[in-house]
Amino acid sequence: MTANTPDDARLLAACLLGPEGPELSCEECFDVLDAYVERELAAADPDAALPAMRAHLAGCSACREDHDSLLALLRNGFGA
Amino acid sequence: MATETPGAGVAAGLAVSSDLVSRAWVARLRHSGAEREAAAAELHGLLLRTARFEIERRRATFSHLYGADLEDLAWQSADDALMSILRRLSDFRGDSRFTTWACKFAILEAGVKVRRHAWRGREIPLAPAFWPVVADAGPGPQQHAEARDLLWALREEVERLTVRQREVFVAIALNDVPIDVLAERLDTTRGALYKTLHDARRKLRTALAARGLGIDLGEQP
Repeated sequence: MTANTPDDARLLAACLLGPEGPELSCEECFDVLDAYVERELAAADPDAALPAMRAHLAGCSACREDHDSLLALLRNGFGA
Repeated sequence: MATETPGAGVAAGLAVSSDLVSRAWVARLRHSGAEREAAAAELHGLLLRTARFEIERRRATFSHLYGADLEDLAWQSADDALMSILRRLSDFRGDSRFTTWACKFAILEAGVKVRRHAWRGREIPLAPAFWPVVADAGPGPQQHAEARDLLWALREEVERLTVRQREVFVAIALNDVPIDVLAERLDTTRGALYKTLHDARRKLRTALAARGLGIDLGEQP
């Protein structure tokens, strides 16, 4: 990881420090993941009902991977 | 009123509300005897397909996994997901389709197993393998100093974290160790580790702000 400018350095630091503000725990994230993903697929606004979910997905790569996989799975017609 | 069973769920789901299909799944899994066994076997099939899907997605990251290893992981994932689902059946509130709710267990199990399998036998780096650095060439002297000051301050503040916070932050944020792999090695859970990571990050943000070093883009230090 190399920074070329102050903005690069801030971006690096921001990536390492994750999102600011309230976010769900991993357990809470798993608990609502199915409903959140279905709302995304329905073109509803999942973040309106679960505002702290997006922050957690930004900060926790494991939960983000689970989210991305469930979304991809349903988009591929599994779980119908 | 339709009386579809999950056995016909995929096709019948087109004709009846998903809520009815979900309720049929739960009812059959709460049943006893052959009815329950049939539903559990059908659900296992769905979980196995889900686990294979998830493992296939992960192969891009872990290219050295192949063949029998992967199929074995898929079966283990489906078995463990089914056990979790049957144990937590009362947790299903109907906020989504039952199958969506069930598939997330298989994805979780498969993801965790693939990451742990890929890291089996590897040492977990709890000390920084490297620190972000500022390029020697490129920015002017003032920009170079600003970038360097921020990254040095971050490094100093990381050293002020508790030992546990520092190990978790360095391993996960800096060295990209999967959180489930670290959780297994430290005999804890993903949730507990993420709480530690979250606390460490919050402490670092506060410390940098106290030093007048903002990290939001466009924010002047």
